[in-house]
Amino acid sequence: MSYIPISEKDRKEMLERIGVGSIEELFCCIPENIRLKELLNLPGPLSEPEVLQYFQEKGEKNLYGQYLSFLGGGAYDHFIPAVVDYLSSRGEFVTPYTPYQPEVSQGTLQVIFEFQTLICQLTGLDIANASLYDGATGAAEAVLMASRVKGGRRLLVASNLNPEYRQVIYTYTRNLDLEVVEIPYDRSGRIDRAGLEAALNSQTSVLLCQSPNYFGVVEDLKSLGEIAHAHQAMLAVVISEPLSLGLLEAPGKLGADIVTGEAQSFGLPLSFGGPYLGFMACRKEFVRQMPGRIAGQTVDAEGRRGFVLTLSTREQHIRREKATSNICTNQAHCALRATIYLETLGRQGLKKLAWINLQKAAYALEKLTSIPGVKRKFTGPVFNEFVLEFPAEWETISRKLEERGILGGLSLGKFYPGLDNCALITVTEKHSREKIDHFARVLEEVLR
Amino acid sequence: MINVIREPLIFEISSPGKTAFRLPPLDVPENPRALEGLPLREDIDGFPEVSETEVTRHFTRLSQMNYCVDFGFYPLGSCTMKYNPKINEKVASLGSLIDIHPLAPESLVQGNLELMKTLERLLCEITGMDAVTLQPAAGAHGELTGMMLIRAYHQAHGNPRKYVLIPDSAHGTNPSSAHICGYVVKEIKSNERGTISLEELEKEMTEEVAALMVTNPNTLGVFESDICRIADIVHAKGGFVYMDGANLNALAGITRPGDMKVDVLHLNLHKTFSTPHGGGGPGSGPVAVKKILEPYLPVPVIEEKDGRYYLNYNRPQSIGRVKSFYGHFQVMLKALAYILTLGPAGLREMTEIAVLNSNYIRKSLEGIYHLKYDAPTLHECVFSDKYQKEFGITNLDICKRLLDYGLHPPTMSFPLIVHGALMIEPTETESRRDLDLFIEAMKAIDREARENPELLRTAPHITYVRRLDEVQAARNPVLRWEKK
Repeated sequence: MSYIPISEKDRKEMLERIGVGSIEELFCCIPENIRLKELLNLPGPLSEPEVLQYFQEKGEKNLYGQYLSFLGGGAYDHFIPAVVDYLSSRGEFVTPYTPYQPEVSQGTLQVIFEFQTLICQLTGLDIANASLYDGATGAAEAVLMASRVKGGRRLLVASNLNPEYRQVIYTYTRNLDLEVVEIPYDRSGRIDRAGLEAALNSQTSVLLCQSPNYFGVVEDLKSLGEIAHAHQAMLAVVISEPLSLGLLEAPGKLGADIVTGEAQSFGLPLSFGGPYLGFMACRKEFVRQMPGRIAGQTVDAEGRRGFVLTLSTREQHIRREKATSNICTNQAHCALRATIYLETLGRQGLKKLAWINLQKAAYALEKLTSIPGVKRKFTGPVFNEFVLEFPAEWETISRKLEERGILGGLSLGKFYPGLDNCALITVTEKHSREKIDHFARVLEEVLR
Repeated sequence: MINVIREPLIFEISSPGKTAFRLPPLDVPENPRALEGLPLREDIDGFPEVSETEVTRHFTRLSQMNYCVDFGFYPLGSCTMKYNPKINEKVASLGSLIDIHPLAPESLVQGNLELMKTLERLLCEITGMDAVTLQPAAGAHGELTGMMLIRAYHQAHGNPRKYVLIPDSAHGTNPSSAHICGYVVKEIKSNERGTISLEELEKEMTEEVAALMVTNPNTLGVFESDICRIADIVHAKGGFVYMDGANLNALAGITRPGDMKVDVLHLNLHKTFSTPHGGGGPGSGPVAVKKILEPYLPVPVIEEKDGRYYLNYNRPQSIGRVKSFYGHFQVMLKALAYILTLGPAGLREMTEIAVLNSNYIRKSLEGIYHLKYDAPTLHECVFSDKYQKEFGITNLDICKRLLDYGLHPPTMSFPLIVHGALMIEPTETESRRDLDLFIEAMKAIDREARENPELLRTAPHITYVRRLDEVQAARNPVLRWEKK
């Protein structure tokens, strides 16, 4: 099955029209010595039932589904309303290309325009783009953008930024004349003020921080913005759990110049890590330095409203090596899912869902810290994730929990020396009280 | 598509108090202290409030304003808009594969790791390369990754070098990706066949050149027949050959980049391997390399030992990560399902028919539309508007008029070396009837250009919106809805 609707008769007639004797002849431009003499060594062909069975069998080797999981840290297990899957799987959304012909792409373009608006409303900023690959590349694009705006080669990055995001920033900046400096955290789990003040200088383009940060702690963005701005640096904020914006003040209103992040929480399955949804918003004055696609409103020949991709002189297909980014294909379909999700929940729904996440996490935090030997590690306020400290190495405790069907949290020791006894625990609306209570009971048993 | 219904923005039909989703009640005691110390927002100003009926109708109507592969012919050159098989969608929605946290312990996700490793191996076989990373999110991201590997190699050998050579026919992402890697781009002029000039290359290739980025077949659909000599010239000065694999649909099963002395290439799973474009992503841009570049691949690398799969993060020479987690897993599943469905003979047939269809269109339109380069072409062909220009008609007019025939236009104004380009890539999944519909429409449009050019200049006439004012969009940017 090759999905080919050309019959033998068609082939013959088509070859006749082309004026060659065989399909083979059409490949005469490929030198003989590099042509394959036989078929590739590949499995298949498989029929549709065989393909399905193949994947189902691999699925059975994944045991994850049998576990109660409190893993988060950049990938969140939220409930996805039925309309999201239903509407987003329409072929008219799944099978078009990037909207290069706007007259027959108004659906995709209007969705992008609505997505940009929703992101602006949530972040409190003026402009948003159509999407980026994910939160990690969004963070990297944000520091590159800030260095274009400010011209300084020094980039301050919070050490409590998601470790994978930091790794991507290093990968992206290492070949450019830029210097990445990590800012330590304090006992509240927030960025250390003294460390920040000491690191800022006239060459600093940006402070990039995450809120809630990798420890789940909500940063004091207002004062971070004041400190950064006092040194003529930009404040860029990464949001990897954007559901928090249902409850927390928009970073744009607290001084953020760029807000970027990961919107997987908005209607995308965990999917073993992808595809997810990067987003980016900024103040108006920086729009010409924004990476990625942007949709804009215009009118057609009859004066009716319509949407197009715009400001494309920033982009690679026009500017080539002078472009603001090399991004081309982005995450349009993921942005569609997020748009359906956010419009389905709406103003009340998003606020309430955020509140439920906060309350459940608070309940779990209280419940778990009432176990002897279990302590809250950081004093800063949290949303739906928090760090706990245990009387022994988390890896050991984690293994014992796993034996009892629980994935208790993410290990921090790998990225933060000194936090070997700590774990990042995430609670969402999908964790019923019963599940949280069960976790607490089993943890107590394991620690006894 | 019912054009009389003008679909408003969701914000314009919002009214307070509505919601399309009911949340379960809180099942834990409410803790007012949970809010302590948090900077709370008063409201989400302007955020929509609608019912489920309204959401469903809104997106259903929006969907109907889109042209898509499920609807018809979509000959965007360089984009490989082939049919997207539905079994692939089903496979990629299996809960046992996708309802999984990426940081789950390896022992609990053996099935997924095995699937990824299998895809890597099959891509190695198809490309003739030694190792693959699945991490890059899209083609351009793959290019960036590939160029970083090259730079890491040169760096490790004492000199990262300064230049990257790129033909003038290349995709815009090539120079852009090279630039982000810290390289200065030097453009190589194409010869009269539209391919790389060996003399030009010899002249430019020095020991300060890190790599040549080559698309093969190039963006004209012309195979670089001298590819092995090109590679020899580059290798002789210690450089690498980077291949943009966007056009692999012309080669798979017939020849392999690895056998052409290519050192590194990226693939577009959303082109060659049939995963849907989704209106502009998600794509997936795996990078395949020869042994020499393997130590530099992004972390983690999937390894197998005695039937168990592991993620290896301990790779001291690695360039690091290029994104979170392991790449676009759902897209990988679709591509793997496709390769398994096709099998080796099917994959070869895919390429053969893609090339047959393209040549059929080329032959049928030759003489009616201008063909700047007459070299043989594979999976795509590039015409121009030169003949129609005599009547004041541009490629834009031709493309907009095609919309009135219910067809998606070809890629416009690319490659840059063909002025007024119309770049046509039909793919193998089009029937003779669909090819003929396109051919006849193109012929009819040529007649209209002579007889009634105004009809073309004012096209399209039957779409949801007429020609849109892109200049106004850029001059007075309105990039979001705002409450009046």
